[in-house]
Amino acid sequence: MSTLLVLPFALPLLAAALSVLWRHHRQAQRTVSYAALLTTIVLGARLIGATRDGEAVATAIGAWPRGLSIVFAADGFAALLLTTTATVSLLALAFAAARGEDRHPLFLPLADVLLAGVFAALLTADLFNLFVAYEIMLIASYVLLALRGGRRQLRAGVIYVAVNLLASTALLIGIGLLYGVTGTVNLAALHGVAATDPAATLATGVVLVAVGVKASLVPMHGWLPRAYVEAGPAVTALFSGLLTKVGVATLVRLTSVLFDGDPTWQPALLAIAAATMVVGVLGAIGRGDMRGILAFHMVSQVGYLVLPLGLWTHAALTAGIVYLVQYIAVKGALFLAAGAVETLTGTGALARLGGMIHTRPMLALGFGLPALALAGVPPTSGFVGKLLLIDAAFDAGHLLIGATAVAVSFFTLLSMVKIFNGVFWGETTELVRHERTEGPLGLAVPAGVARPTSSLLADRVEPRRAAQLIAPSVLVGVAVVVLGMGAAGLIELAGEAAAALLDPTRYLEVVSAA
Amino acid sequence: MSSALIVGVLAAGGTYLILQRGIVRIALGFTLLGHAATALLMAAGGTATRGVPFAGSGAEAADPLPQAFALTAIVISFGITAFLLTLAFRSRDAIGHDDVEDRRVPEDRSFPAHYDLHVGEREFPHS
Repeated sequence: MSTLLVLPFALPLLAAALSVLWRHHRQAQRTVSYAALLTTIVLGARLIGATRDGEAVATAIGAWPRGLSIVFAADGFAALLLTTTATVSLLALAFAAARGEDRHPLFLPLADVLLAGVFAALLTADLFNLFVAYEIMLIASYVLLALRGGRRQLRAGVIYVAVNLLASTALLIGIGLLYGVTGTVNLAALHGVAATDPAATLATGVVLVAVGVKASLVPMHGWLPRAYVEAGPAVTALFSGLLTKVGVATLVRLTSVLFDGDPTWQPALLAIAAATMVVGVLGAIGRGDMRGILAFHMVSQVGYLVLPLGLWTHAALTAGIVYLVQYIAVKGALFLAAGAVETLTGTGALARLGGMIHTRPMLALGFGLPALALAGVPPTSGFVGKLLLIDAAFDAGHLLIGATAVAVSFFTLLSMVKIFNGVFWGETTELVRHERTEGPLGLAVPAGVARPTSSLLADRVEPRRAAQLIAPSVLVGVAVVVLGMGAAGLIELAGEAAAALLDPTRYLEVVSAA
Repeated sequence: MSSALIVGVLAAGGTYLILQRGIVRIALGFTLLGHAATALLMAAGGTATRGVPFAGSGAEAADPLPQAFALTAIVISFGITAFLLTLAFRSRDAIGHDDVEDRRVPEDRSFPAHYDLHVGEREFPHS
């Protein structure tokens, strides 16, 4: 079992290599990419089973002596995230296929590389390898973002690359400093250093700031809403399910292992979490397009995800894991629904849409259910997550933070109603009635080639393809309700994972023995 | 001490350059910052007190791990520099210069306007 841990990293890389070779055979590209993801999902489900009751599995790569080799390890937290991210990615790739976004010969290879980086970042137990995993993931994301090749993509791309590159450099410097202070980058050997050694605390602080940029914590969030909306809709959905969430997962891991739950910095984390919630949700009010609003909500939700770190109780961590797992799916589904609207009508601007509930009722369902989950309305899984989280905040005596979380939920609901109002309710606009697609969907225009003109705009999307566009978000929407009604299983799993994070002894034992 | 000075000077130059607007300058800035990080990694292995790696044995041989880190970091920053220069080239192609932020980049009509707020065009429904 433990040697299989390499597969979530190795298989997508293999798929990437093969799909570069087969770049003119789209079906072959799809087959290998989906196969890599499906294997990861199956493996993730088995890992969840193998990591019950605080158990952990680890494997060392290569035949290096103990302490020198790179270790991959999984505990309950990593296994849950691995399965969730892989599932959402599969939906996003299926959406990309329906949209035609994966027609670009490099789309699937890049997506595979991105996934390899994400899975490696979730599984690695070595800080320098974490940096490498981040870079693999980010380099693929830089190119995916700029793939459409328009001027706006170029501008968004420069911002995205510059900010993330600066954060990566800071991450590298932080890890270098930590190595200089402690002489190791293996998580097992770094247990609790940041809680005891002031020099190591400072070095870890540099690492945390860098990871904070990638998780888009306020005040380091400005790049996200500007960059994400310019990528292709399927790419935005893929990014939303993966990139910032990996940042949050790293924050959790660092707090668990390096800080060992040291309470010194908890007030600061709580303040950052609250600021992130509030700033993100207020930013969303000013936007008038679907993906722009959703991107700001992504910032806001990161606040909820970081909140458990500031509380660091079993209840809070359980709530945080439940929230994170369901939120990855919910946010992905919202972006997929927004992408479907954009594909069908050619725009995401609320002012130009309206009445889509009459022409596309299933899409309204596919957006509506995840939107309710994002706001935390029963009976969706978002309600369960938020209730547990706010309950944990009140139990820990942080009334102000709990109240902020409740208030931000209201604003989230407001934004979701604004989108639903603008896109699905009201009178059906001309644009919605006579759906027109974007033409050559999301394809990059090579340098120097004439741009597609309006004459290339196709007529309505054929029914079968429309169903494929809408299905992924509806699927998540139904899953979200089912999960909301039968949350007991997930809460139990999350509780076990949370206990393993609070006391990472078993995880570290397994890592150092690998 | 000399390591610290090298890292400081490189980081200062890099920071100055990435605050400029042209992509080529940003790319050069990140090259310098990458060098600063590499030098720091080497310093983390204790350059002052140790000799060459693998040559001697025992305590005086340098730690090979930071050198492996530095090599990895160099390869990564090489790839990123190539990508940034491609962006610069592409932007010269698309807008005639490499400064995407400066002069108003003309509207790109070939792609749907995702956040065009044509509020005047039609009222918000139910507002």
